[in-house]
Amino acid sequence: MTDEGRVRVLGIRHHGSGSARAVRDALTEHDPGVVLIEGPPEADALVGWIARGLKPPVALLAYEVADPARAAFWPFAVFSPEWQALSWAVENHREVRFIDLPAAVTLATAGDPSAGEQTRGPRSEEPDETTEPPFAASPRCAATDPLRDDPLAVLARTAGYDDPERWWEDAVETQASSSLFTSITEAMAELRTATPPPAETEDQLVEERREAHMRKLLRAALRIHDRVAVVCGAWHAPALSGRLPAAAADQRLLTGLPKVKVATAWVPWTHSRLTYASGYGAGIASPGWYRHLFAAPDAVVPRWFAAVAAVLRRHDLPVSPAHAIEATRLAEALAALRGRPRAGLDEVQEAALAVMCDGNPTTLAYVTRELVVGEELGTVPDGAPLVPLDADLRRHAKSLRLTLAPAPKDLVLDLRRTFDRERSRLLHRLRALDIDWGTPVQVAGTGTFKEAWQVAWSPDFAVAIVLASSWGTTVAGAAAARLVADPGPLPDVTARVEQALLGELHTALPPLLTALDERAAHDADVAHLLDALPALIRAQRYGTVRGTDTTSLGAVAHAMLTRAAAGLPAAAGGLSPDAATELCGYIERVTDVVGMLPAAAGALWHDALRRVLARGDVPGLLAGRLTRTLLDAGDLPADAARDALSRALTHGPTVAERAAFAEGFLSASALLLIHDPEVLAIVDDWMAGLADDDFLEVLPVLRRAFGGFNRPERTAIAERATRLSDHETAAATPTDLPYAEMAEALATVRHLLRRKDA
Amino acid sequence: MTDTAAALQRPHAEQLFAAELAALAAADDRPRPPQWRLSPWAVVTYLMGGTLPGGEVVTPKYVGSRRLIETAVATVATDRALLLLGVPGTAKSWVSEHLAAAISGDSTLLVQGTAGTAEEAVRYGWNYARLLAEGPSPAALVPSPVMVAMEKGAIARIEELTRMPSDVQDALITVLSEKSLPVPELTSEVQARRGFNVVATANDRDRGVNDLSSALRRRFNTVVLPVPATTEDEVHIVTSRVAELGRALDLPPADGADHEIRRVVTIFRELRRGVTEDGRTSLKTPSGTLSVAEAISVVTSGLALAAHFGDGVLRAGDVAAGIRGSVVRDPVGDATVWSEYLETVVRERRDWSDFYRAARELGD
Repeated sequence: MTDEGRVRVLGIRHHGSGSARAVRDALTEHDPGVVLIEGPPEADALVGWIARGLKPPVALLAYEVADPARAAFWPFAVFSPEWQALSWAVENHREVRFIDLPAAVTLATAGDPSAGEQTRGPRSEEPDETTEPPFAASPRCAATDPLRDDPLAVLARTAGYDDPERWWEDAVETQASSSLFTSITEAMAELRTATPPPAETEDQLVEERREAHMRKLLRAALRIHDRVAVVCGAWHAPALSGRLPAAAADQRLLTGLPKVKVATAWVPWTHSRLTYASGYGAGIASPGWYRHLFAAPDAVVPRWFAAVAAVLRRHDLPVSPAHAIEATRLAEALAALRGRPRAGLDEVQEAALAVMCDGNPTTLAYVTRELVVGEELGTVPDGAPLVPLDADLRRHAKSLRLTLAPAPKDLVLDLRRTFDRERSRLLHRLRALDIDWGTPVQVAGTGTFKEAWQVAWSPDFAVAIVLASSWGTTVAGAAAARLVADPGPLPDVTARVEQALLGELHTALPPLLTALDERAAHDADVAHLLDALPALIRAQRYGTVRGTDTTSLGAVAHAMLTRAAAGLPAAAGGLSPDAATELCGYIERVTDVVGMLPAAAGALWHDALRRVLARGDVPGLLAGRLTRTLLDAGDLPADAARDALSRALTHGPTVAERAAFAEGFLSASALLLIHDPEVLAIVDDWMAGLADDDFLEVLPVLRRAFGGFNRPERTAIAERATRLSDHETAAATPTDLPYAEMAEALATVRHLLRRKDA
Repeated sequence: MTDTAAALQRPHAEQLFAAELAALAAADDRPRPPQWRLSPWAVVTYLMGGTLPGGEVVTPKYVGSRRLIETAVATVATDRALLLLGVPGTAKSWVSEHLAAAISGDSTLLVQGTAGTAEEAVRYGWNYARLLAEGPSPAALVPSPVMVAMEKGAIARIEELTRMPSDVQDALITVLSEKSLPVPELTSEVQARRGFNVVATANDRDRGVNDLSSALRRRFNTVVLPVPATTEDEVHIVTSRVAELGRALDLPPADGADHEIRRVVTIFRELRRGVTEDGRTSLKTPSGTLSVAEAISVVTSGLALAAHFGDGVLRAGDVAAGIRGSVVRDPVGDATVWSEYLETVVRERRDWSDFYRAARELGD
């Protein structure tokens, strides 16, 4: 038997369901001893897992051991021809070899990982996958000949189609017979001769090497086996067919290539990651449709519309079998009108829109999402080579009854229960590793023991897990190591402390606190300290809920507060208006949480604020705000505050400065103006006394000051202001209130406050 | 165009395009559904335009997505009733008229839906003189266009279906599901011949519509006709329709029309979408729909102004009043929209200063 007769080359379109059927038939017919498949040879050892419960969609992951960020994926769906070839071989106990250029080489030559391309696999590049050289989506490829980039488009145009996918579907996928592979190889050979290779580009070289490697392994297989089948992208089929060229030339191409150490694993994949829309720009827009084409034994279109009807009914839309009948008729009429052999995705979608969705694209979107894409997550059996960290994660997830599902799910945890606390701990630890499985959501009600999450598993995390595995082999170990490793400036350290507390990473806390104290001591910028404080002070709360010992944390927080309080007066003078506003925000945020610390800390803080005020040159806005803060905290008598306001409004350096003070003092809340007639009178007098020009100047500031109040508050202020002139009613006292009418309401309030007296 | 058609104010589609229809019928060798004058493929070609093997050019009647028209034609071919939905000026009636002309060669079996449309308009009425004189008889019966279409196996058109009262709409249910119209007075019925179908249009952004009952809705396939996707498409639509109307009104072709049409279309599109063409400035949108039909009428009346009162050149002043009238429907809100648009967008465009002056002369 000649070489030609012994080898059967099956040129396929990746993820083409028609090719998948044809591949199976062709394999049964040719009955090869070994099946060679386009893919990284490092994955040969993983083939055995197919028989042991690997369920597509899954992807082969190859990553560089030293730098897991450099990785490539080869995704397979059940309708992928490669997957069918794999399962045929496994079912019939034949050997399988992956014959593409080793990932060790492609990853070593894949360019700078910082370019963001590193996670793109050879199989995840272009919509039209038969043309793919590895990393084809990189911009340098764009300049090459369009004919060469997309040979199918040329064939399709020749056949009178404007859409190459559709042409392939009509010409190839719908006529799934095993004899078609010979024609595909011939067509591709024509195309390859018609498009001579461009000049010696890097891409061209990579492609030649890949084909050389494929031929090399093909020769090796022929030495052992009588009959061989090759499953590869259609574009490569001619290179592997017919008489193979001399081995020496191929060997020359393949010597001296750089290599890196690579590990491989199966990772679960999803249908939506196979679509164009997701980040990798992977293969096909309609995995659900292809799966249907592959799986439906007969009556493809009616079965499809039955499924569409089921989807719409799930969304409470009334769809009857009559609709399904009419949609089938319309889809088939459309196909006939367009001269297509069979209704394709376009026809069924348009028919569904016109018949079942009343022309409403929003309704059709349900169908697209749930059926045309059809979310599905593959599984990798327990015991398959996982990244050790991955295994640990799965073990925890399983014992905490968290499923790795891609559909977002809301989770409200009660941190008083051990089980929920452990779940929260796991999610927080993963976040520390940049695996954002859970995203915290605002929870209604402000109990500190309640925590709400939205959990959604994404296959992307496979990369993050591989990356994180360099920090350790368990989730806890890796997260702790990651947090302690070279901490950045003060705010970064504070954030890490918070993460360590939330994730209950006790081992990480002491070194982090040491680092925190050290940075607080050296950081000359008071704003940094103030910025870091709220998170730190709040972190104590978690300690009480989560049962961590936070004494050391409290001590550090107190020390930082002392430092900030000491530096504050010096930092508050001579500020520009913008800087004053910024500092104002920091001070407010610290004031909000300072009550969570022991009372001594509060006293310390307010003392610092008083000292700031005592400086003469504090900007108006800051001075006003601080005066108000101290007044509200009870640290400044009302008389003193009124005096300060009066002083600032009459003797401030400029009109603008006076107005800024008023803004700082008043904008916090309207209650003071409503309930303190003296304050209102001071402000009223000042405003009435403004010259016209000055009034225009301060108007924007005043508007800002009053703009934050709501309408009833503003109305109330206006009312009081009109009554100011007439002195009998100026002091609106509570005795005016209709007590009798309020008696019942007051009783309820009393009851709520559980006061039995009066 | 035949001589009789030339004398008419508005010829029907089958009169206006008789030559094209004949050429298509001659060239069309594909299977035709019963009673169809053309094959579905030829109907699509008639609407979308193309060149026949013999070299005859078919002008495009509908500018837009071919797939929508294919869906519409395939719907009618499968004996399902067709509902064309869309905002005013998206060529719903236009498409329905041409579909009827191409399929049945007759676009006149038309029921205009209004609040006052009575059941007789979709079923049948009586010639009361005969009814009183002779009693119920087939001769005394006055068939509706729908009934005629059923007898002939032709397309019945229903315009503005949602403006009809709901009970009148529902009279169609029997017609569409049983394909028969009982006449109890004569204890007989009219059974539709093959080829009969209903093409209805409805406006989905109209006030005071009577929504279709779900029973009726189920019997229609719905095709939504969108507003033109690009400025080029819309300019093309306006230009070709204005040219046709101009011929009908015997308006001399005006110079400079292309420039003004593009400007009218740009203004309409910008205000409709609430953002300028370059995407940089957000705009308030007026309360009116600013449909393509309105743009066409603005340009046509501008042409009339230029021809009869001007120097034959279409200028900014000829269209400014029309545009303002289309935009300012609500004297308070829309006036703000318009003057804001003038000040922020029109004024900034240097080559639009003529239009700015013309619009300003109209006052606020």
